[in-house]
Amino acid sequence: MKQIYLDNASTTPLRPEVLDVMLPYFTGEFGNPSSIYPLGQHASDAVAAAREQLAGFIGAKSKEVYFTSGGTESDNWAIKGYAHANAARGKHLITSAIEHHAVLHAFQALERDGFEVTYLPVDAEGLISPAGFEAAIREDTILASIMFANNEIGTIEPIAELAAIAKAHGVAFHTDAVQAFAHVPINVDELGIDMLSASAHKLNGPKGVGLLYLRRGIKVDNLMDGGQQERGRRATTENVPGIVGFAKAAELAFAELDTEVPRLRGLRDHAIKRILVEIPFAKLNGSWKDRLANNVNCSFEFIEGEGMLLQLAARGICVSSGSACTSGSLDPSHVLLAIGLPHEIAHGSLRLTLGHDTTQEDIDFAVDSLKATLENLRMMSPLYEDYQRGNYASIIETRFSTPPDAN
Amino acid sequence: MAMDYSEKVMDHFTNPRNVGEIEDASGEGTVGNAVCGDIMRIYLDIDDDNVIQDAKFKTFGCGAAIATSSMATELVKGKTVQEALEVTNKAVMEALDGLPAVKVHCSLLAEEAIHAALWDYAEKNGIQIEGLEKPVSDIGEHDHHHQVELVEDEEDL
Repeated sequence: MKQIYLDNASTTPLRPEVLDVMLPYFTGEFGNPSSIYPLGQHASDAVAAAREQLAGFIGAKSKEVYFTSGGTESDNWAIKGYAHANAARGKHLITSAIEHHAVLHAFQALERDGFEVTYLPVDAEGLISPAGFEAAIREDTILASIMFANNEIGTIEPIAELAAIAKAHGVAFHTDAVQAFAHVPINVDELGIDMLSASAHKLNGPKGVGLLYLRRGIKVDNLMDGGQQERGRRATTENVPGIVGFAKAAELAFAELDTEVPRLRGLRDHAIKRILVEIPFAKLNGSWKDRLANNVNCSFEFIEGEGMLLQLAARGICVSSGSACTSGSLDPSHVLLAIGLPHEIAHGSLRLTLGHDTTQEDIDFAVDSLKATLENLRMMSPLYEDYQRGNYASIIETRFSTPPDAN
Repeated sequence: MAMDYSEKVMDHFTNPRNVGEIEDASGEGTVGNAVCGDIMRIYLDIDDDNVIQDAKFKTFGCGAAIATSSMATELVKGKTVQEALEVTNKAVMEALDGLPAVKVHCSLLAEEAIHAALWDYAEKNGIQIEGLEKPVSDIGEHDHHHQVELVEDEEDL
């Protein structure tokens, strides 16, 4: 059976070109970058070249880029490291209600350490209000962390505006750009970003490697103590093959950004239109306008997400859901609840995230399969039976009847 | 989070038995609610000798919820009302070769749905079924049966 992978926000396949440049660093060029002989120097040069290249893609200086084990570590380091290093200036921090758990749980850890955190709400499309952000800033606010783009619903936040407000109030600005890096153009100076997290495996690079951009002059405590790697900021022997692969994956992604983004956006809009037109009781989650080019997230009424995922998996389609059953927790996704979805339809959500290998045929097959799956599950649903008998009002029909316009 | 379902569960989820409704059912019971993410409705056709001639279900819920409904209806068919009371959540789980720990509540819901349908039958006929108590988890008054460990969703890291 053919496998159709539409879960690229979860992880992506390594591109063969990336694997090619990584392989020598596992075997022949296995040296430790800290060693003085040529083998070590080769590894050290490779890491330096990767750092320079990655810094260039976001308009940063090489010295401002630190390699980490991934997005989660970068988020933890930036948030906890900055808060602790600057606690003397104040103990108030700001983030949003729709952050990834790597950010949310880092802030919760800081709350246990005596910091106070404001979790900004979002509107129905998942957007943070700049005015609301400014109003939340206090005398003792030292740090704000707002994600560049949301991993579930793909909403792209007004980062330039938010960062400018933070700067005007002397608040450091971190952004979790794990879903946005190499998916949208980012220039840290133009946007006014002080700290930025990114991860290689979201852009057809390897797992286990990420980066933290730290603007010169920004003080953060170390998370990892030990050797002098990463200019004494992050101890542990560098993941040389991973770092080399990260740079190559980013090089390919940035080189193709101008063609790949419109291609994905076209496929995305094709999928959204087909779903909203051909499937009754469907709703697009998030913004259509301010949306990652590869993200489709819809809710379907009268059904529960896990059943949908299993039936789609049986047809070779790999997708994800925000339903409670698939996450192992009692509640549906905190993001879907934050945009105001009632539990009933948050349970029936589906996320398709497109990637480098996605074709229109894949999308059409997925949508056709989704239609069949939903018909099947609705036939089994007591809620749908009640709706047909006039004993149950459709939430999507009564509360979300107008689909958002594409712009 | 990948679900560790047995082959039996996958079979009953993929090819559920007894999906549907029974017109003028002898007993009908609905438990769970949409907010929690599962609702089960079971219809029973019971003859004059108190034997369950047919059972049908409709379920809103995860793969395990659908599979347990399917298995529960299979298990009660041909049984007397009294025997059907012995189709406990444990019996349904065993017949399915087990359920992942986070899905055990689905089998409890199936047991309750059967009880609710039997209660409805008893009420309609003005009879008492020994050992059957009034089910508490009708829609709207659902007391959480999610006996699950809280595990955070850690995908997309």
